Amino acid sequence: MQLSQFVHDKHHVQKEGKKDRRFQNRLVIILFLLPALVLFLLFVIYPIFRSVYYSMYDWKGFGPAVDYVGLGNYKKIFGDEVFIKSIKNVLLIIILSLGLQLPMALILAVLVGRDLPGRSFFRTVFFLPYVLSEVNTGIMWMLLYNADPERGFFNAILVSLGLQPVAWLADMNVVIYAVFITLTWKYFGFHMLLYLTGLQNIPREIEEAARIDGANAFQNFFHITLPLLGSTIKTSVYMSVLGSIQQFVLIWIMTRGGPVNASETMATYMYRFGFVRFQLGYGAAVAIIMFLICMIFSLFYQALTRKPDYLSGL
Amino acid sequence: MRKTPQRLVVYIFLILASIMIFIPIVILLFGSVKTTGQMYSHPYSIPNPPYWGNLVQILRTPSFWNMLKNSLIVMMATTIGTVCVCSLVAFVFARLQFRGKNFFSNLFTVGLMFPINVAILPVYFVLRQIEQIGIPMIDTLWGVILVQIAFQLSGNIMILKGFFTAVPSELQDAAYMDGCSNFDFFWRIMLPLVKPSLTAVGSLVMIASWNDLLVPLVILNSNHLWTLPLGTMQFQGQYGQDLALISAFVALSAIPTIVFYFFAEKQIISGLTAGAVKG
Repeated sequence: MQLSQFVHDKHHVQKEGKKDRRFQNRLVIILFLLPALVLFLLFVIYPIFRSVYYSMYDWKGFGPAVDYVGLGNYKKIFGDEVFIKSIKNVLLIIILSLGLQLPMALILAVLVGRDLPGRSFFRTVFFLPYVLSEVNTGIMWMLLYNADPERGFFNAILVSLGLQPVAWLADMNVVIYAVFITLTWKYFGFHMLLYLTGLQNIPREIEEAARIDGANAFQNFFHITLPLLGSTIKTSVYMSVLGSIQQFVLIWIMTRGGPVNASETMATYMYRFGFVRFQLGYGAAVAIIMFLICMIFSLFYQALTRKPDYLSGL
Repeated sequence: MRKTPQRLVVYIFLILASIMIFIPIVILLFGSVKTTGQMYSHPYSIPNPPYWGNLVQILRTPSFWNMLKNSLIVMMATTIGTVCVCSLVAFVFARLQFRGKNFFSNLFTVGLMFPINVAILPVYFVLRQIEQIGIPMIDTLWGVILVQIAFQLSGNIMILKGFFTAVPSELQDAAYMDGCSNFDFFWRIMLPLVKPSLTAVGSLVMIASWNDLLVPLVILNSNHLWTLPLGTMQFQGQYGQDLALISAFVALSAIPTIVFYFFAEKQIISGLTAGAVKG
């Protein structure tokens, strides 16, 4: 009798303890998620819905929004030449980034490779621009792009070569390329860093085996290195495209989207309407369009690039 | 032996590329120790003799130190906040099982598709709304800090989740066997183990916050609250013609970043590559 009572009690205590533990653990989950969730819902998720609401109003920011226009703002945006220009500019930046900036980063990464003496020096140098602020980068490059050949470094070089100076940031046909050069200077190091890490994960033996089998450097690069870098390249393309879509600070500092909207991007367009002209409803619609573009791109890209199995080990 | 000429070409190429990287920085640093006259007559030569007047003048302005202070406050608060909040969530996602986990973890990935440059106007609406119910957000450093943290969450939770998952699960089993609660396991075992990853994430956040222009630009109005990037932009607008003075100002605001980079390069790089390669 006594013994069974004892066993029963012990069992009971253990059960209580377990329940306590389970309650405590659940509490930990809730408390751990709470701060992030509050911040995230309040400042990231809720603003999306708030913007959808405002995007249907013609609202200048004073008092409540009352002029309901339905999808009017969206129609106006897609009818605005400047917005179309900003999309074209973003597309141009994307094409140039994928066509020039990333291949250049890849070539440099392959050149630095795994065991070139001085590897870490070059890595440090090429990555340096990435940590400088966009404001400082923009101002630095404005000095270089100064149209006066007496003052601007690039024009001084052109003139000393006997060429005509170029009004880099003031020429409607040149400005977007000038901005792209600055973007490349700032961001190629980041992509190179990704490739360097990716290269390091490729087993040395594979390349050596190919070399022994008689593959030359080019064959080795195109048939071994490139396919095995697949997932790294995928990431870097994704980040480059998403980065291009939201390009703002450098352009705002260097050109304000000008001259005559020649370097406008979607983000500068949104900023102009939202914070300069205070057409908040219209700006909200631009924000929603940009968000949808980012989201659709992300979902499609992830679906398209789901990697084949033989590459997933790397 | 056969490799030597090939190597030489590689080095020439890499050194040329390095020079391209250095040109803007060096011209800026030279410009920062020139007089306005020198800047106009010899804009890209070595300053001879160097003129320290502009640097001294800026360092003597109280508003420069005030911006530096504001930037430091925002950076420290954003970094500490982000690292704490993200490590809690990353731990839960990496190590604990509960209903709704997938939902929450997908929810946070929305942030990756809604970066701050896109979200800034929507966020501004909400800040105004919070302001209307009596909590000051606009024109406060708090507003800047909270928004910065909120938009650092998605990416850093992802990075830290990777680090937390990498800790072997035997450790968790053993800890629970010994009667550890979830909290004990997090606090006594996980945190010390992932400390290097926390510094990696922390140094990334520090740079992002220190360099951020957009959030302070939209939220802060009063001069005495300006951060360095915001002040730099305003300074450039005001003294745009005096290239030497601008160079000095930009140099002074860039130097802390460069110094920090040389000290924390390893952490910065390990954080970035972990995030990108795992993502």
